[in-house]
Amino acid sequence: MDFTFSEEQTMLQETTRRFLAKDYDFATRQRLRTASPSGRGETVWRTFADLGLLALNVPGRDGGLDGGPVDTMLVMEALGEALVLEPYLASAVIATRAIAALGNPAQRAALLAPLATGASVAVLAHDEPDTRHDWRAVASRAWPVGDGVVLTGHKCVIAHAPSADVLLVSARLGGREPDAPLAVFALPRDSQGVRLESYSTVDGVHTGDVWLDQVYLPAGARLDGADDTETALEQVLAVGLAALCAEAVGALDRLLVACVEHARARRQFGVPIGKFQALQHRMAEMVLHIEQARSMSYLAAIQCLDPDAAARGRALSAAKVVVGQACRFVGQQAVQLHGGMGVTDELKVSHYFKRLMAIELQCGGTDHHLALYARQLG
Amino acid sequence: MDLNFSPDDSQFRREVRAFVERALPADVRHKVLNGLVLEKDDYLHWQAALHAQGWAGPAWERRFGGTGWSAVRQYIFEEECAAAGAPRVVPFGVKMVAPVIMEFGSPAQQERFLPAILSGRQWWCQGYSEPGAGSDLASVKTSATLTRDADGEHYLVNGQKTWTTQAQYADWIFCLVRTDPDAKPQRGISFLLIDMRSPGVSVRPIVTMDGAHEVNEVWLDQVKVPTANLVGEENHGWTYAKFLLGHERSNIAGIGIAKRELARLKRIATLERKDGKPLIEDPLFGARLAQVEIDLTALEITNLRVLSAEAEKRAPGPAASILKIKGTEIQQAISELLVQAVGPYALPLRRAAMTAGHRGEHVGPFYAIPLAANYLNMRKLSIYGGSNEIQKNIIAQRLLGL
Repeated sequence: MDFTFSEEQTMLQETTRRFLAKDYDFATRQRLRTASPSGRGETVWRTFADLGLLALNVPGRDGGLDGGPVDTMLVMEALGEALVLEPYLASAVIATRAIAALGNPAQRAALLAPLATGASVAVLAHDEPDTRHDWRAVASRAWPVGDGVVLTGHKCVIAHAPSADVLLVSARLGGREPDAPLAVFALPRDSQGVRLESYSTVDGVHTGDVWLDQVYLPAGARLDGADDTETALEQVLAVGLAALCAEAVGALDRLLVACVEHARARRQFGVPIGKFQALQHRMAEMVLHIEQARSMSYLAAIQCLDPDAAARGRALSAAKVVVGQACRFVGQQAVQLHGGMGVTDELKVSHYFKRLMAIELQCGGTDHHLALYARQLG
Repeated sequence: MDLNFSPDDSQFRREVRAFVERALPADVRHKVLNGLVLEKDDYLHWQAALHAQGWAGPAWERRFGGTGWSAVRQYIFEEECAAAGAPRVVPFGVKMVAPVIMEFGSPAQQERFLPAILSGRQWWCQGYSEPGAGSDLASVKTSATLTRDADGEHYLVNGQKTWTTQAQYADWIFCLVRTDPDAKPQRGISFLLIDMRSPGVSVRPIVTMDGAHEVNEVWLDQVKVPTANLVGEENHGWTYAKFLLGHERSNIAGIGIAKRELARLKRIATLERKDGKPLIEDPLFGARLAQVEIDLTALEITNLRVLSAEAEKRAPGPAASILKIKGTEIQQAISELLVQAVGPYALPLRRAAMTAGHRGEHVGPFYAIPLAANYLNMRKLSIYGGSNEIQKNIIAQRLLGL
């Protein structure tokens, strides 16, 4: 049993933190969010590539750094602390791992290198309006036509879809039956028949709904390197969920720091408000939530690659419940503690609040995972 | 990062499990696993079995007859004992006064008390709280005045201690007493060891809302205490008291006990039926059960993180407060769900039926008998050992610097 990190892992996190502290302070983040059309800064992404962060989840056999979920966790904590808007989780973790797990050697060679260098961004377009967190509920269809397929469907609230060069689209292959095999296709986002409706989510992430209207794809578009697409995809989503938990922990940590600073500086009735026991206890409760969330983020990172699907699912659902509840409690109480200023757009508190709100809903909300966990008790 | 125990520690766990399986008397196990009332002898038999094995002092150094185990092994040991249905080790001697005597006591005190504590020959109780000193422990009023008479030099002790757990069994009590009434509250306190058979010591039971006699008032009326029973220096007792509380709070999360009680809850929720199905399949009850199991999983890892930090000599500090709050909340939540699980049959409160071998009638399922008393009893968890509010003060002040 060991909760320490290797020297390389510590360095990875510190390097990420140092760069973000220098070049991605809150003011910069806000400027990028509102002033740049993509909501992102190209130099940020390039620096991520230079630091090796974009190659972290690329397997060694594909020329990557072969990082594991714990490495990813440490990076995600740092990104969560700085409230980073870049598509790191979507592209450098989930899409990268999806291509690595599902692609054949030629596809991996063609798709992973540009992701690792930052030349291209990919997102997994998987969720649909009726999915409601059941990742198997895919209604999009891929009909065989000649050597290729024709893709039809609607993918919803796909974070960073507007930034994506490549979409990885899941669909049921070859029929209407719900048990038709699941397949994932890689296609350029500007393919004919792909329509994107762009918008910003509450947390400032450029997002989109994607409609696939008779999109013709050649045979090579299907990621066909895995024996079992569903299992492979589930594992990719598991790593993504663990990474999301780690991002939450980073954001939670910083939000608590902001609360403590505010409680020390803000004076009412002649004393800093941090002297009031009601507020002290509230912040102590935040600590409880955050430490429990950190523990579960560790568990998620360790167990997200567990070959035992039941154990893996249990650990990840448990993690998402604890993390989600921490997001809600700490977020709401942080705004409350800042009083009127807490609800303004000016303070970073409200932006942490909104990111935590989004995290709680992503990859399945708290109640969804609580119900999943409860179902396997009996 | 690795959440697995080392192969050596896993081997150690198997050894502990095999030992407990062999050495724990079946009747004691039966009582613990079913929430029945434990007698003094049940504790003593278990302590004797541990002593015979050389495991009576899991946190003690070897030179005092302890095991010299790492914090991780102590944790494994407690978890295995709890899971198997062993009674808790009465903490007041082994876990509380003994570390103080080891750290601050004289060689003569160490020789006199430590072996007797280890063997269970001496039962200790704790004389900290007073009617006017609960969370505000430094305001203890029980006085100890140095006097000299025909018997020689001794302290004359007067005052009242309260909430004294199992004082009715105790041979000795360790007390915080005021030796300098003029000093600042924390400066005038001393740490005295008092023989419960001394003239002037009387014990009055306090019956708690579950009908149990677990705690007492201890009255001290002109009690003569030899100066040889003063631990460390006069008026330095507050330092020792804080040291003791630090020890009391290690292993405070109660993970092992919570796991055992959760297993009981799941068994009962499988046997109870609602809408023609096992209660455990009811979505609402299932969600509540899931929540507490998930919280316990998180706390177990938090606890292991603290142990791991201890092993690296990174002091846990307010971490103990985190463990105390969450641990007691979880145990209380389980006791609450146990009551909810059996519904109306949780309400009969018949302590006689909670005695092993009870032959009288009882209504409802056997497993329901102690659940109300258990729920009522568990209210104490968030009050004792520094109330959960005090723990939050500690987190706010020492961890967050507020």
